[in-house]
Amino acid sequence: MLLNRGRDLRFRPTLISAAIFLSLKCGEMNFQDIHSRLVSRFGDRITGLNAENIDPWIEVAPQAIAEVSAFLKSDPDLQFDGLNNLSATDWFDADPKKQAKLGEPRVEVVYHLYSFSLRHSVVIKVKLPRWQGDVAGQLPEIPTVSSVWGIADWHEREAFDLVGIQFVGHPDLRRILCSEDWEGHPLRKDYEFPLEYHGIRAR
Amino acid sequence: MALHLEDPRIVEFDVRTDEMLVNMGPQHPSTHGVLRLLLRTDGEVVSQVIPHLGYLHRSAEKIGENLSLPQWIPYTDRMDYLAGMNMNLGLSLAAEKLVGLEVTPKAMVLRVLIAEMGRIASHLVGMGAYGLDLGTFSPFLYAFREREIILDLFEEVCGARLTYSYVTPGGVTHDLPAKITIPPGLAALIGKPNNLQLSWLEACGLFLDWLEKRIPEYHTLLTTNQIFIKRTAGLGILDREMAISYGCTGPVLRGSGVDHDLRRDGESIYTRMYAGYKFDVPVAPFSSAPPECELGDNWCRFYVRMMEVVQSIRLVRQAMEKYPTAEGEHRLPFKQAQKLPKREVYLETECPRGQMGFYLIGNDSNVPWRARAKSSSFCNLSVTEPLCAGCLIADIPAIVGSLDIVMGEIDR
Repeated sequence: MLLNRGRDLRFRPTLISAAIFLSLKCGEMNFQDIHSRLVSRFGDRITGLNAENIDPWIEVAPQAIAEVSAFLKSDPDLQFDGLNNLSATDWFDADPKKQAKLGEPRVEVVYHLYSFSLRHSVVIKVKLPRWQGDVAGQLPEIPTVSSVWGIADWHEREAFDLVGIQFVGHPDLRRILCSEDWEGHPLRKDYEFPLEYHGIRAR
Repeated sequence: MALHLEDPRIVEFDVRTDEMLVNMGPQHPSTHGVLRLLLRTDGEVVSQVIPHLGYLHRSAEKIGENLSLPQWIPYTDRMDYLAGMNMNLGLSLAAEKLVGLEVTPKAMVLRVLIAEMGRIASHLVGMGAYGLDLGTFSPFLYAFREREIILDLFEEVCGARLTYSYVTPGGVTHDLPAKITIPPGLAALIGKPNNLQLSWLEACGLFLDWLEKRIPEYHTLLTTNQIFIKRTAGLGILDREMAISYGCTGPVLRGSGVDHDLRRDGESIYTRMYAGYKFDVPVAPFSSAPPECELGDNWCRFYVRMMEVVQSIRLVRQAMEKYPTAEGEHRLPFKQAQKLPKREVYLETECPRGQMGFYLIGNDSNVPWRARAKSSSFCNLSVTEPLCAGCLIADIPAIVGSLDIVMGEIDR
């Protein structure tokens, strides 16, 4: 029986190995390294970072996300071969006072990446307007990353379905959890539940 | 005129076949719930599989945006309803990461104990149901007989048999009961009187002793059964690159030869629970595999699960040893009104079906601004389309079953 020995964690935390371990995991150094590497490659298309958050994130311009993703996956020092999670958040509140605390009304797409070979992770964020050109109902557009990670196909379909984001270049962008004739995008904060659906009372 | 055949299995000389669309599910028993697979077939050969999901969509994420985190725990039970304990644990740890809370050593021991028991119960169903998919009924009965005792033990701990809500932010809801009546199933199996009073840990120990001896039986029933090998080995081969690209995790990933288990390689808030425990991570290829077996096929995925049961038994035993000396209360307060700080966390834990992720955004209120549940089965299922192209109709249940999906978790 060939089993890989589980590393006994009691013997791991010597000072040096702990330091390496931390920096590989989510340590500031490594995050800064990834950030500066991306900045040196993509310049002002890397629009910002938040290093204070528990899981620090890097902000990328919407139009650059496909290129940045391909780089993150193929670069020998980064090798982010796994997309753990792709999700989107609507930052909107009908109350202007509460909206002021949230910042600009926007939709954020978040990519949680992990490298199985180097065992480090990073969070990439893209900020989009809530509606393309501020025309209500026109979904904001962002290039797809489904050609970089296979799972992005379904995650993007889910983000399109629930949050309402148009992934440009996606091979088959249709609803995945809601039915095909569903109206609206339920995870938008101003979403209103329908009164009925095919004669079924909904609320 | 010379006839060109793309697939040698398509015999077009005598019987003319046409392309046909076949709906498999959503009520088909081998789809493990309500999954609809649209098959594009030519005779017996499937050229394309299009999965249609969402039949069990209950907008769990939208509900989560309107509840405090302890209130959302019961909804995670209903995602992967075969491993409720592990789902509770995933959300609880994410909530603790968000507010910066560290649970007591006692709560950690209880969590390891209960999560690994949950893993055993879940893999037992995975094994039994997979046998059912392939047309053998008896392993299913054995698996459920064993699982029943685990559910009895869980019932003694938290009062529920399926939707536990036992692990909560801050710890667990109850300590282990000091005296219980032996679960009737266990009493019958090991020949003890029905009214025997014993501690929960003793009952658990008696059950593990008994279960350990049953595992060779499962191997003769399924793993080394020639019919089973013929139906699984060398089929549905998922290579390493594809497994990673499609976000496959858990036994599916390890069956493809990627040595990755979050209990060992995850974030420190999760791995410190398992610090000091000795366990192995079973990864394909296996030297005991039949010669027909190839890396990343159905058989490997199945065998990884079987081997994980043995490791979970080891972990539960170690947790039982640690329990009497573990310090602290079983639960620290985590109030309904607990304000969630303005930050974002993402945490994945190793559930029986793979890495379940919770992404929480706090906004100075007790209700999260965004509560996202990344499902492991969702990612594992996404690989069916490339995996099933070109296989036979009869092999679809064998391939989809080997992914061990739970629709409640996929549709949320």
